[in-house]
Amino acid sequence: MSDRSRLRLLVLQVLAVSLMLTLFGRLFFLQVVSGEQYQRAAADNRTREVVTPAVRGLILDSQGRPLAQNRTTIVVSVDRTAVRKQKDDGVAVIKRLSKTLGMRESKVKGSLTLCGTKGAAKAPVCWNGSPYQPIPIAKDVSTDVALSIMERRELYPGVTAELSTVRDYPAPGGAQSAHVLGYLGPVSDKEYSDGSSGLRRTDLIGRAGLEASYDTYLRGVPGFKSLAVNNAGSVTGTVATQDATPGNYVVTNLDARVQAVAEKALKTQIMAARAGKTYKCGGGCRADSGSVVVLNAKTGAVVAMASYPSYDPNVWVGGVSQKEYQSLTAPSSNTPLLSRAWAGEYIPASTFKVISTAAAVRAGESVNSLYDCAREYKVGNLTKKNFESEAFGPITLRRAIEISCNTVFYGLGYDAWVRDGGLSPKAGGADEWFVKTARDFGLGSLTNVDLPSERPGRVVDRADVLKRWKDNKATYCKRAKTGYPEIGDRTRARLLTAFAQENCVDGGQYKGGFAADFAIGQGETAVTPLQMATVYAAIANGGTLWEPQVAKAVISPSGVVIKKFEPKASGQIPVDQATLQYIQRSLRGVATNGTGKGLFKDFPVAVSAKTGSGQVTGKDDTSWFDSYAPSDNPQYVVVMMVSQGGTGAGTSGPGVKKIYQALFGVTGSTASASRSVLPGGRLPTALPTIGKDGSIKQPAVAKR
Amino acid sequence: MSLGYPSTDVYRRRSSVDRAFDRDSTLRRLDWVLMGAVLALLFVGTLLVWSATRQRQLDLGLDPQAVLKKHLLNIIIGISLAVMTTLLDYRMLRAYAPLVYIASVVGLLAVLSPLGSTINGAHSWIILPAGFSVQPSEFAKVALVVGVAMLLSERRDGESSPLLSDLGLALGFAAIPLLLIMLQPDLGTAMVISFIILGMLAVAGVPTKWIAGMVGAAAVLGLIAIKVGVLSTYQVNRFAAFANPSLDPRGVGYNTGQARIAIGQGGLSGQGLFKGTQTNGKFVPEQQTDFIFTVAGEELGLIGAGMIIVLLGVILWRTIRIARRAEDLFGVLVATGIACWFTFQAFENIGMTLGITPVTGLPLPFVSYGGSAMFANMMAIGLLQNVHLKRYV
Repeated sequence: MSDRSRLRLLVLQVLAVSLMLTLFGRLFFLQVVSGEQYQRAAADNRTREVVTPAVRGLILDSQGRPLAQNRTTIVVSVDRTAVRKQKDDGVAVIKRLSKTLGMRESKVKGSLTLCGTKGAAKAPVCWNGSPYQPIPIAKDVSTDVALSIMERRELYPGVTAELSTVRDYPAPGGAQSAHVLGYLGPVSDKEYSDGSSGLRRTDLIGRAGLEASYDTYLRGVPGFKSLAVNNAGSVTGTVATQDATPGNYVVTNLDARVQAVAEKALKTQIMAARAGKTYKCGGGCRADSGSVVVLNAKTGAVVAMASYPSYDPNVWVGGVSQKEYQSLTAPSSNTPLLSRAWAGEYIPASTFKVISTAAAVRAGESVNSLYDCAREYKVGNLTKKNFESEAFGPITLRRAIEISCNTVFYGLGYDAWVRDGGLSPKAGGADEWFVKTARDFGLGSLTNVDLPSERPGRVVDRADVLKRWKDNKATYCKRAKTGYPEIGDRTRARLLTAFAQENCVDGGQYKGGFAADFAIGQGETAVTPLQMATVYAAIANGGTLWEPQVAKAVISPSGVVIKKFEPKASGQIPVDQATLQYIQRSLRGVATNGTGKGLFKDFPVAVSAKTGSGQVTGKDDTSWFDSYAPSDNPQYVVVMMVSQGGTGAGTSGPGVKKIYQALFGVTGSTASASRSVLPGGRLPTALPTIGKDGSIKQPAVAKR
Repeated sequence: MSLGYPSTDVYRRRSSVDRAFDRDSTLRRLDWVLMGAVLALLFVGTLLVWSATRQRQLDLGLDPQAVLKKHLLNIIIGISLAVMTTLLDYRMLRAYAPLVYIASVVGLLAVLSPLGSTINGAHSWIILPAGFSVQPSEFAKVALVVGVAMLLSERRDGESSPLLSDLGLALGFAAIPLLLIMLQPDLGTAMVISFIILGMLAVAGVPTKWIAGMVGAAAVLGLIAIKVGVLSTYQVNRFAAFANPSLDPRGVGYNTGQARIAIGQGGLSGQGLFKGTQTNGKFVPEQQTDFIFTVAGEELGLIGAGMIIVLLGVILWRTIRIARRAEDLFGVLVATGIACWFTFQAFENIGMTLGITPVTGLPLPFVSYGGSAMFANMMAIGLLQNVHLKRYV
């Protein structure tokens, strides 16, 4: 062999050795230096988590009747990966399935697209969960259809029809309780990415009502199965399993039977007002919406609470369609989703006079004096008239409440305003007893009911007026100069310009008219029916303002009481006992000898009440009937309000009466506890018990 | 035969066995280090093939040991072929070389005809009855090594370097199968053959500038092929995807990614034979053939996979040693060609599983599953032993 050949063989040898060393070096790098990184990658590769949802806890009424429960339904789901493995990408399977289910093919296809990917259908149609989780495409499928799918597997690869649980609102006895119960909705992106809440993409969480307030109790903890999978995504074994922990039960203070009566009474009165069958609704009142609240007068426990218009809460189950959602929120259908009870704000009208009475006493008036119930009351150059311009002469405050005399309360409010210094308040600030007292009764702030989206209402004082004027002064003064040339109607434009000129100069002044209106619950004051219920509860129970509570306790599915919600006082009303008793007697007088006597004069249970007919410009009157009973030992507070419903006694009063009839078992002129919708005629103090087998027993009736 | 002499009987009975172990017997004179390394690789390869195919077969509802059995059959045939090639008369070898060459060219032509089948994108196969298939390009390697060695050594013994005419002849001789293989297209085998020819020419003593010229020309041709578009963008991307998986994310990019995960998580000592999760989860495609090294990486770790590299190194060392010690230029060139073949193929195959070389369809010698490759590799070992034994003639 030549030297050249020998040399070149050596080169080959060196090359071979260096290449093998290169391989070894790289191998060392991959396996030892960066091995950990690949171990993690491998773990991601081979495990997939499959979630077993926790069964959501029930919501029970105080007798243990389920208001929200779970029902099983046959759900048809499609395993996306399996279907797409078909030769034609699953086109034939989906076509066949759509036909079998009687659904449009485009809808089925849309449900199988992954949200956020290219060409995906819009939420809520697209799938928001893991692509490895079977996607539910139809619920409440009939057994026949389910069988035809499951028995012919070869025609429906990747399609399953299985029993699954969905939320169900059974409305026992017709008690829908839609607003109080709320509904479930999918987890939002923000909540999901928040991470801390441990939510998964497919979870449903409470979006309104009790479902939202007590979501963490009701939800439970989902279980999971960590499955070993191969490259095709088929399962090869189970790595870890964690069973789901079912959600806890929420026992409420609600009573389904009282709730049903209340809902029905409210609807009946609204329909009657619309039909022109109630007093002063001759041509038919608009009666667009309404609310009714029944509280335990001694604890603030919410026994029943309803809002009209309502809706079937089951509409949310399995996802609400765009059309359904629109009709729930549209103003044209009076926004059924909005609960008027704690999120609707209305002028309190004459029902506010109990607060004015307390305020007048604080402001130095005496309940023993006589006040002139004149035909009209002049405030500056404005004349404020009594209801139907009636005159009663000098009367007591009690009588003024009984007959709801406006001019007496105008005078009380105006006099207090004058004592505060009128337009130029006295040094050291005005006392503003009326505003202060309204706030001390809880108006203008939340009652802290255990439900979301509560509104605080509105109480406007001198400082508020001044601040608002300062904020808008520039606009008023500009308009005072330029006028409203863009408005075609010249009369209207002139009026608006005059208003702007007036406001530019003295818009910050708290005028005597404001104070007079405030005292009769008119003007800018706004309250929720629930707030008024707490006010009347405080008057009934001797002065304690309670936070209204819907939930009573949380019980585990095995029957262990996890939490009891004790009544929570939010304050005392600023009324001395003598004045309070005076007000109580006055309210009893309303029912025996005043605006409510037509309803309750011969009622076998002593009822105390106050009517209200709020005047809103351009609208029908707001009808109020606020009450409690029995008068000597108050158990219940019942407040009904119908927006644009006409008079308090005419429209709301009869509804309230029906509720008392049900509560006290009244037929004709006798009351009997045995005929009451409540067992034993009283609210239960004990909790319903839940047996080990899941059976629910109603609480024992306490002996009198 | 004389019946009265029992001692003769004893002698004769011993002869068949004992003679094989005589000091100068063929069996004793074999390169046993080479043989040991090959047998060790065959053994490890068998375990790895079994591990790679067991779960796949089970999932298909087939006999989990079916591939193992076929692999063992391949090994037995391979060893028989190696024995036959070892015992072949050295002169007969030269006589057979043109036949083998012609047979492989015919085979390669057949592949391009409707007889050929495409497996994994390469049109390299002829499917035979009873579940067997032949890949003629594997045998072409053997034919080319012997043929080119013959051409370059015919008149060259004693002279220092081949003439330009010999060079041309050798290149022309190699060009036909090379072209046919390129048409399949089987880029991997074409590169192996190019490297074999280059190495043999270099050791045959071709002047350095000619070699440099050939390498340069190949590079220019390659560039032109890419620029002009002879190779589709897809092919170029496939080739480059080892470095940038996003060029072919569903194909090569996925393969290399999964391969690296398998090897990377093996660590120092591996997850244990048959216990690799990547392997049992079938995440690495073509794992029993081209990506067999990932099974070693995952289940046997650095120790086991490193051992495979060491064993291949031993084979290369012995092969080059045989080349250096060969009696004649033919022997030198045959051993050189085989050394180039194994060096390039081992580096390319393991390199692609480690993500440092392009992914091409080349099996790992002695380890991967596949009959044609096994037979060709074992014939090469037989040739090496043949050259080795010639020293003692």
